[in-house]
Amino acid sequence: MPFKILNNYELVPTIYLMNIAAPRIAKKALPGQFVILRIDEKGERIPLTIADFDRRNGSITMIFQAVGKTTMHLASMKAGDELLDFIGPLGNPAHIEKVGTVILVGGGVGVAPVFPQTRAFKEAGNKVISIIGARSANLLLWEDRMRKVSDELFITTDDGTKGHHGFVTDIVKKILESGTIVNRVVAIGPPVMMRAVAGVTRPFNVKTIVSLNSIMVDGTGMCGACRVLVGNETKFACVDGPEFDAHLVDFTLLMNRLAIYQPEEKTSLDKYKCEREGCKC
Amino acid sequence: MLERQKMPLQDPKIRAANFDEVALGFTEKQAVEEAKRCIQCKKPSCMKGCPVEVKIPGFLKDVAEGDFDSAIKEIKTDNALPAVCGRVCPQETQCEQVCVLSKKGASVSIGRLERFVSDYERRKSVQVPEKPDPTGKKIAVVGGGPAGLTAAADLAKTGHSVTIFEALHEAGGVLIYGIPEFRLPKEIVRAEVGYVKKLGVTVLLDHVIGKIETVDDLLSEFDAVFLGTGAGLPVFMNIDGENLNGVYSANEFLTRVNLMKSYKFPDYDTPIKKGKHVVVVGGGNVAMDSARCALRLGADEVTIVYRRGEDEMPARAEEIEHAKEEGIIFRLLTNPVRIVGDGKNWVTHVECINMHLCEPDESGRCRPAPTPGTEHKIEADVVVIAIGTSPNPLVPRTTKGLEITKHGTIVAKENGETTKKGVYAGGDAITGSATVISAMGAGKKAARAIDEYVRGR
Ligand SMILES: Cc1cc2nc3c(=O)[nH]c(=O)nc-3n(C[C@H](O)[C@H](O)[C@H](O)COP(=O)(O)OP(=O)(O)OC[C@H]3O[C@@H](n4cnc5c(N)ncnc54)[C@H](O)[C@@H]3O)c2cc1C
Ligand SMILES: Cc1cc2nc3c(=O)[nH]c(=O)nc-3n(C[C@H](O)[C@H](O)[C@H](O)COP(=O)(O)OP(=O)(O)OC[C@H]3O[C@@H](n4cnc5c(N)ncnc54)[C@H](O)[C@@H]3O)c2cc1C
Ligand code: SF4
Ligand code: FES
Repeated sequence: MPFKILNNYELVPTIYLMNIAAPRIAKKALPGQFVILRIDEKGERIPLTIADFDRRNGSITMIFQAVGKTTMHLASMKAGDELLDFIGPLGNPAHIEKVGTVILVGGGVGVAPVFPQTRAFKEAGNKVISIIGARSANLLLWEDRMRKVSDELFITTDDGTKGHHGFVTDIVKKILESGTIVNRVVAIGPPVMMRAVAGVTRPFNVKTIVSLNSIMVDGTGMCGACRVLVGNETKFACVDGPEFDAHLVDFTLLMNRLAIYQPEEKTSLDKYKCEREGCKC
Repeated sequence: MLERQKMPLQDPKIRAANFDEVALGFTEKQAVEEAKRCIQCKKPSCMKGCPVEVKIPGFLKDVAEGDFDSAIKEIKTDNALPAVCGRVCPQETQCEQVCVLSKKGASVSIGRLERFVSDYERRKSVQVPEKPDPTGKKIAVVGGGPAGLTAAADLAKTGHSVTIFEALHEAGGVLIYGIPEFRLPKEIVRAEVGYVKKLGVTVLLDHVIGKIETVDDLLSEFDAVFLGTGAGLPVFMNIDGENLNGVYSANEFLTRVNLMKSYKFPDYDTPIKKGKHVVVVGGGNVAMDSARCALRLGADEVTIVYRRGEDEMPARAEEIEHAKEEGIIFRLLTNPVRIVGDGKNWVTHVECINMHLCEPDESGRCRPAPTPGTEHKIEADVVVIAIGTSPNPLVPRTTKGLEITKHGTIVAKENGETTKKGVYAGGDAITGSATVISAMGAGKKAARAIDEYVRGR
C-alpha cells in the first residue's frame, strides 16, 4: 500500500518540506509524534517528526535535512512519487497543558517539530516565547509560521547574519536571568544544543523537555536500538519517548550511539552518489 | 527395521559463509522410503504429541504410496503452515518423541516428511479450497505471526470477512523478522502468507494497533478482535555496559539481518556491525540463530555463552548440532557479569563467571549458581543478548479492560477469551515466548471460539 507524495520542495538549502497523503495517520496524529518511512524494497526505515498534519485533507507534513543516503534520496523525489511504507503516528504525544509561560527552542531542522507544539501551547492559553536558531540567516526555517503562534520570537544565528549573533542558549539564559517566571522549556534540535539548553535551565530548576532522536528500526518497542539512559534507567525512545526530562538524559551516551554506523553511512552515501552521478566504481 | 533416511545438508564449511538453506530436503525416493518406516499404529501416539493433531499416520501412508497430493491435503486440514512447521517445529520433543519407533531406536522423520510434501505442493501449485458463503461478520486480527495467520485462515474458511493488522512492513511475525533465511527461506513464509490471502483475508501492513487505531476503535468496526501480538519486547540482563556500541538485543540483530536484509548491505541500505569476535548470550533458538547469522556475516570467532549445560539448552537439537558443525564455540556454565568498553563507548570484551548446577528446582531444571573466583574475559566487538523476550505492552496499555499478568502476558481462557468482551488472544502474547506450533494451536482454538461468539450475536 504505497503512500503518495503530494509535494516536496527545498525550504532552505539542504532542508526539505514533504507532504504525504496518509489520511488514517493524519486522523490520529498529535504534536510530538513521528512517523517511520521506507522508500523502497531495499530502503532503510527512518524516523521523521510530524511537523504538521491536516486532518481534513488527510496529509502529513515532514521537514527533513538531507544528511545521508536516505534523506538525499527522499530529497530527490517528486510529487506523485510513492513511498513504499509510512508508519505512524508513533511515540507519545507532547504533554500540552496550561502552565503559564513556556519557552520553545528550535535549532536547525528542529524548528519543524517545535512548531506544532508552539501552536498547541499557545492554543492551551500559555504565554509563548520562541527562540529559533540556525547556522546562518539563509538556513532559518519557518520564521513566519513561528511568529504567528508566539507572543515573542527571538532569532539567533551562529554567524550573526540575522538576529542575535550566537546560540539559542544565550537567549534562554538572558530570559531566565532577567527574572521572568518561566514554567516550562521545550528544546528540540541537535543533541549538543539540547544538552546546552538543559545545562542552562538546570540551575533555575525549570522543567525542560527534549525530544530524543536516537537510531531506530521498528519504532514499536521491539528492538531496543533506540535505547537511551534517562535518570540512570534504560528507556526505549520510540515508545517511552521521544520526549524526556532534559535534566535526566545522558546526552553523551545518545551522541555516542548516534555515531555507531558512521563508516557504513559513508559507504552507503558514496555508493548512492556514485550511482546517481553514473561513475563506474 | 529400516534405517532412518539422512537429510541432505549443505557442507558446513560452505554454508558458514552463505545465507542459503542448510537442509536441502528429501528426494522423492528418500521420502517414500522414510514414510514406509511408519508401522501404521492402531493407536498412533505421534498424533498426541502434535499440538494441532495432524493425522500423521494418514499422511505418512499417502507418502509411502507416492500419493503426495493426498498427503498435503490431509496435513492442510489441520495445519495451515506445513512448510514452516516441517522446518522449525521441535519434533524431537513433540510427535517424534512419542512415536513408538523412537523407543526402538529412531522415530519416523515426521517433520522432514511434512516439509517434503509441502515443498512438493509449492513447486506444483497450491490448491485453494472453495470460498464458503459469506456470513457477513467482520473480524480484526492484530499481528500477522503464526497465531494471527492461523486464526485468520480458519475464520476466513468459515466465511467471515477477516482483516489482519500488522505493525511491520511484512507479515509473518518471528518467521519473517526473527528466524533466518538459512533455516526458513522467506520465500516460503511469503507463500504461506499468500495462501492465507487467497483464502480471502485482507492484510494491512504498517498498522501499529494502539497507535493508528486502538482495539476499541476496531471493536466499533468489527464483530470481534483477535490479538496475536507475540512476545516481541527484548529483555536485557541489567548488567553494566549493555548500552555500549556493538551490543545488540537479539531482536535488533536478527531484525536488521532478516527483515532489513543487512547481510546484503550496501545493496540494501540498513547497516549492521559485522563483528570479528562475537559473543552471543543465551541457549535457545534465538541464540543459535544470532550466532549463526554472525558467523555468516563474516566473524572470525563466534562464542555462545550459556549459564546452564547443554542438556538444559532449550534450542532444537538439530540447531545445536548444526551450530557446532559450523564451528560456533560453546562456553557452557558461563554467565556474563558485565560488558566492558574502550572509553569511547565501544565494546571490547565481556566479563564472565563460571557457573555450576545444583539440585533441580520445582520446575525440574537446575538453578545455576556462580562459582566465586572464576571471573574471566572474552574478547568481543559485537555482543548479542538473547536471553528472552516479553510481550509488548503497546496494546494492553491502550485497551481498557484488557487484563494482563505481572509478566505482561494477556490473561486469556483456554479458548482464547480475554477479560474484554469480543476480544480473544493467543500465541506468545498469552504464553510468553513458546513455539510456532503452539501459537498456531492457540490461533485455531480462538478461531473456533470467535466463530461461535459472532454467530451468536
Ligand atoms: C524520533 C525521531 C525524529 C526525527 N525527526 C527528524 C526530522 O523531523 N527531520 C530530520 O531531518 N531528521 C529527523 N530525525 C533524524 C533522521 O531520522 C535521520 O537524519 C535520518 O535517519 C538519516 O538517514 P540518512 O540515511 O539520510 O543518513 P545516514 O547517513 O544514514 O545518517 C545520518 C545520521 O542520522 C542518524 N540516523 C541514521 N539512521 C537512523 C535511523 N534509522 N534512525 C534515526 N537516526 C538515524 C545518525 O545519527 C546518523 O549519523 C529524527 C530522528 C528520530 C529518532
Ligand atoms: C529467533 C527466533 C527463533 C525461533 N525459532 C523457533 C523454532 O525453531 N521453532 C519454533 O517452534 N519456535 C521458534 N521460535 C518461537 C516462535 O517463533 C514463536 O513462538 C512464534 O512465532 C509465536 O507466534 P505469534 O503469532 O504468537 O507471535 P509472533 O510471531 O511474534 O507475531 C506477532 C506479530 O504481531 C505483530 N504485532 C505486535 N504488536 C502489534 C501491534 N500493536 N499492532 C499490529 N501488529 C503487532 C508483530 O509485528 C508480529 O508480526 C523462535 C523465535 C525467535 C525469536
Ligand atoms: S507413532 Fe510413529 S510408527 Fe506409529 S503411526 Fe505415528 S509415526 Fe507411524
Ligand atoms: S526503535 Fe526498536 S525499540 Fe525503539
